Amino acid sequence: MTGTTLTEARVLTEEPLRQPRPTRQRWVHAPLAWQFVLYAVLIAIALIYIYPFLVQVATSFKTESEAASDPISLIPQTFTFAAYERLFLRSDFPLWFANSAIVTVFVTLGRVFFCSLAGYALARLHFRGRGIVFAAVVAVMAVPAVVLLIPKFLVINQLGIYDSYAGMILPLLVDAAGVFIMKNFFESIPVSVEEQARIDGAGTFRVFWSVVLPMARPALITIIILSFQGSWNELNHFIVATQSPELTTLTKGVAALASGQLSQGSQYPLKLAAAVIMTIPVAVMFFIFQRRIMNVSEGAVKE
Amino acid sequence: MTTTVAAPPREGGSGRGIRRGEALAGWVFTLPVILILGIFLLAPVLMALWVSFSDWSGRGSPLSANVRFVGLDNYASITTGGGLPTRDFGISLRNNAWYVLLVVPLQTALSLFLAMLVNRAILRGRGIFRTAFYFPSVTSSVAITVLWLFLFSATGVVNEVLSWIGINGPNWFQDPNGIVHNALAAFGVTTGPPALTENDFLGLSWWNWLAGPSVAMTAFIIMAVFTTSGTFMLLFIAALQNLSGDVQEAAMVDGANAWQRFWRVTLPQLRPTLFTVLTLGLIGCWQVFDQIYTGTQGGPGKTTLTPAYLSYSSAFLGQDWGQGAAIAFILFAIIVVFTLFQRWALRERPVSRRRARQYQPSQPKEAKR
Repeated sequence: MTGTTLTEARVLTEEPLRQPRPTRQRWVHAPLAWQFVLYAVLIAIALIYIYPFLVQVATSFKTESEAASDPISLIPQTFTFAAYERLFLRSDFPLWFANSAIVTVFVTLGRVFFCSLAGYALARLHFRGRGIVFAAVVAVMAVPAVVLLIPKFLVINQLGIYDSYAGMILPLLVDAAGVFIMKNFFESIPVSVEEQARIDGAGTFRVFWSVVLPMARPALITIIILSFQGSWNELNHFIVATQSPELTTLTKGVAALASGQLSQGSQYPLKLAAAVIMTIPVAVMFFIFQRRIMNVSEGAVKE
Repeated sequence: MTTTVAAPPREGGSGRGIRRGEALAGWVFTLPVILILGIFLLAPVLMALWVSFSDWSGRGSPLSANVRFVGLDNYASITTGGGLPTRDFGISLRNNAWYVLLVVPLQTALSLFLAMLVNRAILRGRGIFRTAFYFPSVTSSVAITVLWLFLFSATGVVNEVLSWIGINGPNWFQDPNGIVHNALAAFGVTTGPPALTENDFLGLSWWNWLAGPSVAMTAFIIMAVFTTSGTFMLLFIAALQNLSGDVQEAAMVDGANAWQRFWRVTLPQLRPTLFTVLTLGLIGCWQVFDQIYTGTQGGPGKTTLTPAYLSYSSAFLGQDWGQGAAIAFILFAIIVVFTLFQRWALRERPVSRRRARQYQPSQPKEAKR
């Protein structure tokens, strides 16, 4: 990217949007050529961002020799399912997939439940030490994950849950950022809503479960997306929490595949096919909730 | 924040008081979080701190009686020992420092650029563009690394594209040459001045510190920029949409051109977001692990070795737990120091006097009070 395009594009982004000219001609007339440049730049960048994924899918259907000789084409000359057949019928890939799915489901459920419970308590319930608990949760968010590789292994080992589903799932069940998000959301709900239920004689849990939680759908969906993505894509925790092949997750398995432990030669179609399948669940999730993920404040500006 | 911060009246008798059982419920509700964070975050950090000061060999419990306290020995052997551990640590710091130096500015600039591009209200299909830019951010680092190994392989897409313009691309992930050294070599400089080659730091000569990221590391740098720019773009878009147009218009009335408006008006208003993006970028960049584990395991020639991966490999592969833990804590310290430095550098400053004078055109002399 050169400096000149950068400048031009910035001119373009700002100029048409807020031209304080009282006559209503604005962007429609003036910078047609600039508009064209802008779209050209945007399309070029978008291609750079998307093309790798298209190549990835295309290559997974190519033969190995074609992947090497013609890496860039999007249409395989000899279309073959060999990579996928091999993955599903003659490898541990289905097992990895199942493991990832199990962990992801439990972690997501756990995070939704525990984070909203704690978020509610921190936002609404009065108890001594609330401030300290919240401060601790925030402090914990600042600890970088990579620094915890060895520490986590030590504790998991000490607790005797090394190399088990418990060791994979338990430490991920709670997420400080999730607590933070839920707390912020619950604070935005008016207290009067709960008062009503309390007068009707509902206990604290009841108020939380039947009144407040259903109102928290937007925040819950955010947590679901984050924990799904997080636990599906998690790698380093599984590296330190497990060793046996039966507990290998997709990330661990595919990483082993990538470094060539399971095969000779480059095997690009096979590796890329594995990466494609691994990406599908997050991609589906992404496209279902795309509006919510991308909508930072869409609609704030009238089109 | 709501008004609930004020402590509720605790005395009985008034009748309203704290609701019965509320304190208990509060603790019960937060208990799972406290337990899990305590057991899997707090306790581990303390335990690892102990391991970093001990000679634990990986067998039995690190808390058992026959594990000895060795003080700063582990830290010393990776910083001042002068042996292989020191050299490896130096190399990993060198690699990661170059990575940070290139990735953080690039990803920040690119994501701001993308945000400015797609933030226009009248842009058609901006949803599609945003999706395109953001999509790489949701895929797993493992999957992206696999893709990258293919794209940047000797006969891969990148080299194919480079060949169109007559460039014979390198064998990216096999090439340990530093790009600064490569650039110097193009001018015929292949050895550094004695001042640089004969003095060293952490077992690595200054000439080698200045080698630049290896070609292999450069591929990872491009990958990091590619995968993170979308996330940060979203942050910048959110910030841009919260800016009011008034200041822009005022600047426009004053005759500021687009570049001045961006540089003098928009950018200062984005300061908090800029801080967030830089900090997150910095924290993330010092933690490069997944890519290295999946892709190169530190090779070629240790030029993609990072402290995070070195910490893992010395503990889990080399069984040198004390050193691994020590590296982790040094890494932690580095991240904290950089974050604090950034906070300090980007703090809200009162307008300097020199600056202030620019806005007061006809001032005879500085008023002395």
